[in-house]
Amino acid sequence: MRRLLIASITAATIAAAIITKNLLPASTQAAGATATPTTSSAPTGSTNGGSSAPSTGLRDGTYTGSSVDAYYGNVQVRAVISGGRLTDVQFIDYPRGQGRSQEISNHSLPILKSEAIQAQSAQVDAVSGASDTSQAFDSSLQSALSQAS
Amino acid sequence: MHAETRLIMGMSCTVTVRGERPSDRVFQEVFDYFHWIDGLLSPYRPESEVTRINRGELSEAAASPEVARIIGLCRQTEQETEGYFNAWRGGRFDPSGLVKGRAISEAAQMLRRRGLEDFMVEIAGDLEVASQSTPWRIGLRNPLQTGEIIKVIEVRNAGAATSGEYLQPGHIYNPLGEAPGGTASLTVIGPDAYEADRFATAAYAMGDRGIGFIDGRPGLEGYQIDRTGKAIYTLGMDSYV
Repeated sequence: MRRLLIASITAATIAAAIITKNLLPASTQAAGATATPTTSSAPTGSTNGGSSAPSTGLRDGTYTGSSVDAYYGNVQVRAVISGGRLTDVQFIDYPRGQGRSQEISNHSLPILKSEAIQAQSAQVDAVSGASDTSQAFDSSLQSALSQAS
Repeated sequence: MHAETRLIMGMSCTVTVRGERPSDRVFQEVFDYFHWIDGLLSPYRPESEVTRINRGELSEAAASPEVARIIGLCRQTEQETEGYFNAWRGGRFDPSGLVKGRAISEAAQMLRRRGLEDFMVEIAGDLEVASQSTPWRIGLRNPLQTGEIIKVIEVRNAGAATSGEYLQPGHIYNPLGEAPGGTASLTVIGPDAYEADRFATAAYAMGDRGIGFIDGRPGLEGYQIDRTGKAIYTLGMDSYV
């Protein structure tokens, strides 16, 4: 299963924001990067030898990934490499609601409830979760990273 | 519980059976079917009928019976959802919005024909369950926080499908200058995985109004999470919690 972790970036500073993920299996993988950033806790660039984390070999710069069909719309991301590491990922395009003005006919007013989502710790037999757009995100990001390596 | 998992169609496919373990052939029949579906319908396989249709080498009218069936289901779903389900976006034929759900439902039928009554078939988070007594407990993923479950539902004979994306609010900003609004994920519970999948696909494309559409269709329940972590859900969801 794929897992996508995106560390936070504050507005005021760019910390080392790292994305780690497992690459998609070959049958769904877009042609592209073999370089995958590994977790690291601090930027390098220092001169001391010892225990700095390995660089991914990515060239600094800003790279725009391809626009990938996520079925509900396109996903396109821009990857920022700084200090040889992926430090930021920006959405250039993402699926939005279609925004049609046409009303859905034969549709009475819905009766709905709402709540804030809360983490549950119970045991389950299976998990249901979205996957479509995250594949497109992975594809677009990979194509951006492939330009940096 | 006896579970077998294979990676097919680029996705994790699991068949879980409670009670006496059936023969390997029962599991293999399902996985063979998934491989077959993959060969016919995968947009990533250069020789699948879907790829050949999109390359102009095969007309839809000349597709094999199974693919013709899928085309028909896509047309029917398009009509039932006022075009919000659309397998022909951008001039490309892409039936993936209902293929997963249909494959799961067909596999579930195979298991029923084998006499099984207590099982779960899952492909990458969409699933169908059967039970005569003990419900299956299904966790709903938090679309805003990887690895977290934010809802647990108990279902006996139903399908579940989730459409959406993974985002963390405030962690990815939009260079277009606006915060992303709208739906992060929409889970639909229906009588089987096919119904859940096709309507989750369509309703997600409707944006905020998706959950209202689910509410308006008998036999469907929905749980829609927006990008701020607020969930809106249909009244019938409470019977599953």
